This record gives sequence, structure tokens and C-alpha cells, in this order.
Amino acid sequence: MFDQFVEQLPRFMTWANAGFFFRAMIITLFLAMIGCGIGFILGFLVDLIRRAKGWIFLPFRFLMTAYVETFRRVPFLVLLFLVLFISKGLGTDISLFTVACISIVIVSTAFIAEIVRAGLESVHENQRHTAVAMNFTELQALRYVLLPQAWKVIIPPAFSFFVMFIKDTSLASQVGVLELTQAGKYFNNLGYSAILSFGTIIILYFILSYPMTLLGWKIEERLMDRSRHRETYVPTTQRAFELR
Amino acid sequence: MNYTFQWGEAILFVPDLMAGAIVTLHLSFLGFWSGATIGLFGAMGKTYGSPLVKKLINVYVVFFTNTPGLVTAFFIFYGLPEFGILLTPYQTVLLNIALNAGAYMTEIMRGGFVSVRQAELEAATAMGFGLLQRLRYVIVPHIAKVLFAPLSSYYIWIILGTSIAGIFGVEELTGRAFIAAAESFRSIEIYLITAAIYVVITIIASAVLVIIGRKVFRVKMKVF
Repeated sequence: MFDQFVEQLPRFMTWANAGFFFRAMIITLFLAMIGCGIGFILGFLVDLIRRAKGWIFLPFRFLMTAYVETFRRVPFLVLLFLVLFISKGLGTDISLFTVACISIVIVSTAFIAEIVRAGLESVHENQRHTAVAMNFTELQALRYVLLPQAWKVIIPPAFSFFVMFIKDTSLASQVGVLELTQAGKYFNNLGYSAILSFGTIIILYFILSYPMTLLGWKIEERLMDRSRHRETYVPTTQRAFELR
Repeated sequence: MNYTFQWGEAILFVPDLMAGAIVTLHLSFLGFWSGATIGLFGAMGKTYGSPLVKKLINVYVVFFTNTPGLVTAFFIFYGLPEFGILLTPYQTVLLNIALNAGAYMTEIMRGGFVSVRQAELEAATAMGFGLLQRLRYVIVPHIAKVLFAPLSSYYIWIILGTSIAGIFGVEELTGRAFIAAAESFRSIEIYLITAAIYVVITIIASAVLVIIGRKVFRVKMKVF
């Protein structure tokens, strides 16, 4: 049972392998960071378009809502393959890393737009009306009145979405990006026992993700309303799935 | 752009994909309820258990909420045979979904448990409510109000999460899409159809859940 594990362990624990895993870890982190970073900006824009007033924006509003609703309901795995084959069908020769990045951006834009909407809706409508009555333009009202209050509601779920996406990048291994999961599969294919290769991967993902989760709790605690009852409180970071 | 869509080829696979969607639905249904069972006991242990039990449940929750489902599934599928436990792909995925969902649902259900205040239970007892009546009129309405919305969106998430079953060769929607794309060579069309089926299934599921929530538990929710 464990003899294979024990026998392979010295062969497995080399600096070269450690470097290989470290590189894979960096790629995983980069995928999540690039994807969620761009997704945050785009998601914000999508929600601003959804909030635009006037009939001229009607088709745009409709398009953006359709976009958000569609891509929150397509599995990430299917989307990855769709982006992969469409990019090849278009005749472009982009790298697999880019394919994974594009699909993460598509998904995270949709989810973050929804998070931003929830945040901006948490500020009472009257506040915006007051700001407009005081001769703020819509953008000034957003910048000086709505956003300062909405951050508290936007940041914790956005952060937990990022942490969740560190884990979801594992699906990028299916299109062949050499990130952590693919590294684990690689070692398994080399003949190392599955407990060893995938066990290492699980621990590395945990090392990547757990500090982020703790950081998310810290941030949320800082931003939390003092009025909220501590006993009945479940951190948003533990409820990341609600975003999906 | 030198790609011509050939929907005629892809359309032939639609009945096949639909049959896969049924598998997806019952996989997610079984996964959800086994996860809910784990979550219920986990939340009970975390609210009323001894410090040791609380610690153990915490370890379980932190472990599964911080590791990707795909990798734990790989571990179960390729790692457990080394201990002499051989699982079929379907069992692997179901076990994986149940364990993952159990961890998340422990946290959700804990939110429901703490929402029932001790004072209200005592008030109900003082008014002469029996155990069953307290359950029916005090505990369940409270818990349903807090839990129904997050649990139903979690169910949608599980439907999307079952797509990793395709990687292990379970013939659910994504698995059949892999096969269909390989057989027909019309990958873009097949995956577009698959994505559309997922969107339709999840919208139907959300709508049904909203109706159940409104009629049975009087929880106000929106589909979109």
C-alpha cells in the first residue's frame, strides 16, 4: 500500500521537481490574478452600462444583462473548450495560456458585474437622488457618494471570488496549460504514485488558497458593520458559491 | 475567418446530449442531497458539538473549501485504488461532489441554525407548543427563510460543477459533448449547443426553485 509511496519519495523530493511545481504554482496564481484583475475592471464597466439611463442605452443594457446571465450559467470547463476551438477556428495561433486567460476573463466579468450590482444596490436610491439634487453629475455621484459606501459590500465577495478562481483554474489543465493540476498529472504519468503526485498538488493548492481565505476574512472583519450581530454572522468568504 | 458552421452534423447529436442532461440532473440531485446530509450533521456538530468535534469539522470544511474539486476527484479516482478501494467514475464524482458540497453546506446551514434564537423557542414552549409544533411553526420557517435562497443557488452551482464528471468518463452532458465533438469534428457547434443546454437547464431549475420557494416557504426570490 505505502511501500510504493515510501520507495518513490526520495526520487520525488528533488530541487528540480520543487522548481517545476513552483513554476506551475506561479502560473496558477497568474491565471487567477490576470483573469480576475481584468475581469474586475470589465465587470465594473458592464455594470455601469447596465445602470445607464435613457432609451439609447436600452439595447446595450439588454446585451449586458444577457451576457451576465448566460455566462453565469455555463460551466467553466465547457467555456474553456469553446474559447479554445473558436480561437483555433478563427485561425489565430494564441497560446493555451491566453486561451485560459480569456475564458477566465469572460467568466469573472459576468460574476463581478453581478457583485458590483449587489454592492451599488445596497446603497439607498435616495442617496443618489440627493447627490444629483446637489448638482453632482451621475459620475460624480458614483465616485463621491455611491462607491465609498458600496466598497464594503463589493470587496469581500469579489475577493472570495478571486480565491475561488484560484481553485477553478485547475480546469485549465484540461486544455493543456501547465499549471498545478497539469503538473500533478504529469508526475502521475511519469509513474509516481497518485497519492504522491496528487497529494502534493492538493497541499500546494491549499498553501496558495488558505492564506488568501484568511486575508479575505481579515478584510471582511475590517469592513464589517459593527451593528451586525457577531453570533449570527457567517463570513461572505465562506459563501463564495452564492455568486455562482 | 475560415470556419464554416455545419449545424446539420451537430444537430444529430442533440438527442444524445439531452440524454446526457438527464444524467447531469440526477447526478447533481444525488450530490446535492448527500451533501446536504453531510452539511446538516456538520452544522449540528459545529453549533452544539464538543470542542473536539467542532475542531474536526472545521478541519474538514477548511480542507475542502480550499482545494479544487478537480484535484480531489483525481485523488479519489487514482489515489484510492492504492488503498484497495476501486470506485467507478460515477461513484468517484458523486463522492467528490458530496464531500465538497458537504463542506460548503456545513457553513450555509450553520447560518440557518444560528438564525433561530433560543428566546423564540422558549417563548413557543411557554405558549404551550409541542415539539412538533415548534418544529413546524418556529424552527422550519426561520431556517427556510435563511437557507432557501443560498441553497437553491448552490444547487445551480452543483449542476455546473458536475461538468467535471466528463473528464472521468461519466456520460453526462459534458462527457457526451466530448464524445460528440470527437465523433463529428464539429467542436464549436457541439460546445455551443452544450452551453445552450446548460443555460436552459439552469434557468428551468432556478425558475422551479423560485416557485417552490414562493409557494412552500414564502421566500421572495428572483430568477434573474
